[in-house]
Amino acid sequence: MPMQANEIKDLILETFPDAKIKIDDLRGDGDHYAAYIETSSFKGLSKVKQHQMVYKALKGKMGYDLHALALNTSEPK
Amino acid sequence: MENSVKEKIENLINESEVMLFMKGTPEMPQCGFSAAVVGVLNHLGVNYKTSNVLQDEEIREGIKEYSDWPTIPQLYVKNEFVGGCDIIREMHENGELTSFFEEKNIKTN
Repeated sequence: MPMQANEIKDLILETFPDAKIKIDDLRGDGDHYAAYIETSSFKGLSKVKQHQMVYKALKGKMGYDLHALALNTSEPK
Repeated sequence: MENSVKEKIENLINESEVMLFMKGTPEMPQCGFSAAVVGVLNHLGVNYKTSNVLQDEEIREGIKEYSDWPTIPQLYVKNEFVGGCDIIREMHENGELTSFFEEKNIKTN
C-alpha cells in the first residue's frame, strides 16, 4: 500500500522533532518520493548512518510500503 | 539470519574488491536505481562484480539484514558497505567517490 507524503513526514518527525523536512512526490503517484531532511541529530555521522536512522524512523516501511524514497540528508549549517 | 546465508553473503563480498548487489545484471538492470549505480561504476571505469539478488531470495532478504539497509542496490568496497543508490549518486556528483576509490587503491579511469 502506498504511503502519503504527510505520513512519511510524521514518522520522521516522531524520531527527529527538530527536523526540517521537505517531501516531493516525484511522479504524483504516491509511490516515488524524495525527502530532504535536515536535523542536528545527523551531526558528525556518515551518510550511511544518517540514512539508516531515517530508515529506522520509517519503522520498516522502506522497501515494502514505500517503494522509492530518495534521501537527501544534511545537518544544519 | 541463518549462518549459511551470512556465509554466502560474506563469500560474495570477498569475491571482489568492488561488489554490487543489484537487481538484474549490468547489461540488463531490472530497476532504475541499480541501473544508476552501474552507470556510475562504468563511468568511473572501476572493475566490479555484481550479484543479482533477483536470482536468490535468500541473498535478497539477507543482504538487507546484513547491511542494516532496506533497499537494493548496495555497494561494498573492500568489505565495507558504502551505500545505496542515493549515496553513490551524491558521492559521484560531488567527486567524493573518485577520492574514495583512490584512498582504497582501486583504479579508476
